[in-house]
Amino acid sequence: MTSTLTSPPAAGRGGPESPPPPSARSRRRRTGTALEGWGFVAPALVIVLGLSIFPAIWAFVLSLQEWNGFSTPTFVGGDNYAELVGDGALGGAVLHTVLYTVLFVPSAVLLGLFLAVALNRRIRFVGLYRTAIFVPFVASAAATGILTTYLFNPQFGLMNNLLRVLGLPQQGWLEDPQQAMVVITVMSLWGQAAFTTVIYLAALQDVPGDVVEAARIDGADAWQIFWRVVWPQLVPVTTFVAIYLTLQAVQLFDLVYTTTRGGPLNATETIVYYLWQTAFRELDFGYGSAVAYGLFFVTLVATVVITVQQRRAAAKEESR
Amino acid sequence: MSLDVPVLPDRPLDRAAAVAEPPPRPARRGRHGLPFSGWHLLLVPVAVLFLVPFVEMFLTSLTPEGEINAFPRPFFPHALTLDGYQRLFEQSDILHWLLNSAIVSVVGVGSHLVLCSLAGYGFARLRFPGRDLGFLAVLATIMIPTQLLMIPTYVLFARVGLIDSLGAAIVPWLASAFGIFLMRQFFLSLPAELEEAGLIDGCTRVQVFFRIVLPLARPALATLAIFTLLGSWNDLVWPLIAINDDQAFTLQLGLTNFQGTRRTDWALLMAGNVVATLPLIAFFLVAQKQFIATMTFSGLKG
Repeated sequence: MTSTLTSPPAAGRGGPESPPPPSARSRRRRTGTALEGWGFVAPALVIVLGLSIFPAIWAFVLSLQEWNGFSTPTFVGGDNYAELVGDGALGGAVLHTVLYTVLFVPSAVLLGLFLAVALNRRIRFVGLYRTAIFVPFVASAAATGILTTYLFNPQFGLMNNLLRVLGLPQQGWLEDPQQAMVVITVMSLWGQAAFTTVIYLAALQDVPGDVVEAARIDGADAWQIFWRVVWPQLVPVTTFVAIYLTLQAVQLFDLVYTTTRGGPLNATETIVYYLWQTAFRELDFGYGSAVAYGLFFVTLVATVVITVQQRRAAAKEESR
Repeated sequence: MSLDVPVLPDRPLDRAAAVAEPPPRPARRGRHGLPFSGWHLLLVPVAVLFLVPFVEMFLTSLTPEGEINAFPRPFFPHALTLDGYQRLFEQSDILHWLLNSAIVSVVGVGSHLVLCSLAGYGFARLRFPGRDLGFLAVLATIMIPTQLLMIPTYVLFARVGLIDSLGAAIVPWLASAFGIFLMRQFFLSLPAELEEAGLIDGCTRVQVFFRIVLPLARPALATLAIFTLLGSWNDLVWPLIAINDDQAFTLQLGLTNFQGTRRTDWALLMAGNVVATLPLIAFFLVAQKQFIATMTFSGLKG
């Protein structure tokens, strides 16, 4: 869209033959034919739009209906949306999702920052450390779920085994409503630390070395250099990472499904888990779609507001 | 689904190379009287912590059945055995699921590489009516979260008879907005002169694409392949919704189902986990730089 590269001519494929252009420069300005352009983009475009924009519109239509997939759908207008407000189970799911987000996002940001700072140096074995920390990134939710239920098993899991050896009291972990979400957060961090770390590593390399050096010569210690010189450069990336992780966190489903299935006592039932249950266990497609749209709307508004505020703050900072 | 547009690095692949090899820093050894950098004292335990779940996975898959439920449980098994793997292959269709997952991933990666690079090239280099609108639509779809699409896609697939077949798992991985976007950005970064030379020499646009452009696009194609492989191999939500027939189970779905029915046979479950995870771990170890490039370009999971 913002491409400044102009298209070279299409060599005689389709379209009327035009007289040979006088120079290569004006040749470059000639536009390719519509048929050729669409031939390149259409196959992928049909699949991508057909499986996103079209279903997204359909989901909105469904959200205005009462439908179980078999009966004749009945139009109910905004009833499904009105129902969202007084739905106690959904309210619980929102609370659990918020709890997970509040636990996960700040700890993922801090962990990624810490690991990136630790790994961003030429010391021996740094490649090995990086590999060890990044490998869990390839573990699937299914695999992570089985590992979680095993490591945190109250009877013979590694965690309680360690506590026993250390003489500490045994914990219920996933079977304890107070702890289950914390366990899920810990294992999410295990699988996703690589992502935030990589983003911060990339950002750290953008911090100009001469500025850091100047601060060092001026007598700043490592702690001061990090917080006064390096950290201000990392703020925009941090905003991005936090927004990105929040959008992921409010969509938590996989790891809940493969560990607790929403239990114990619904303590880990998240919004998307509730949505999945409503739609695919209770076959309430209309209400499920309304839940999905509600979540989409809230996250979209939040993202836009935060992004705009951030831009404004950045502009203010620059004009100072 | 990713929302990574605002801070995308211009050249993610160069960036990844830089991440993989941090800049030289003056080594200031012995400041704390240690013969090595103090960071080792921090990084060793952290690295061990990250490896523990995998170590437990491998060890448990090789532990005799009686030892796992023993109390108190020993930290290391007294003997190693392949019994868990034997039970896995006898009691489950794991090979069938493995084959299904391999088909989904191979078709997905292949289709992604062809379709997304074609579309990315079209959006980057060709001029045609509706191009900008088309690309804007692609960008807009990046904003749409998966859970909004689950219900209508399920209904759609049910209408065309895809539900409960492997096709249901394959179709969503044929192309993606992310793939188109990634390839377009890459092609925009290539100089157009080579292609122009090809065109002047009488190549058709299609020939130029396959003979000149694609060979240059190898780094971007590697990123795209890893993105698609990780996503399609590890996908759970969509197969869970679309496939109930265990003949069409993917490995992740079969494993999750198995977890519910064989709750206590941990050696068997961990053996299944090893089968599902080891291919990606091995691949990660040999292609770490490309994986990092993929991560730099987007967040994948979720």
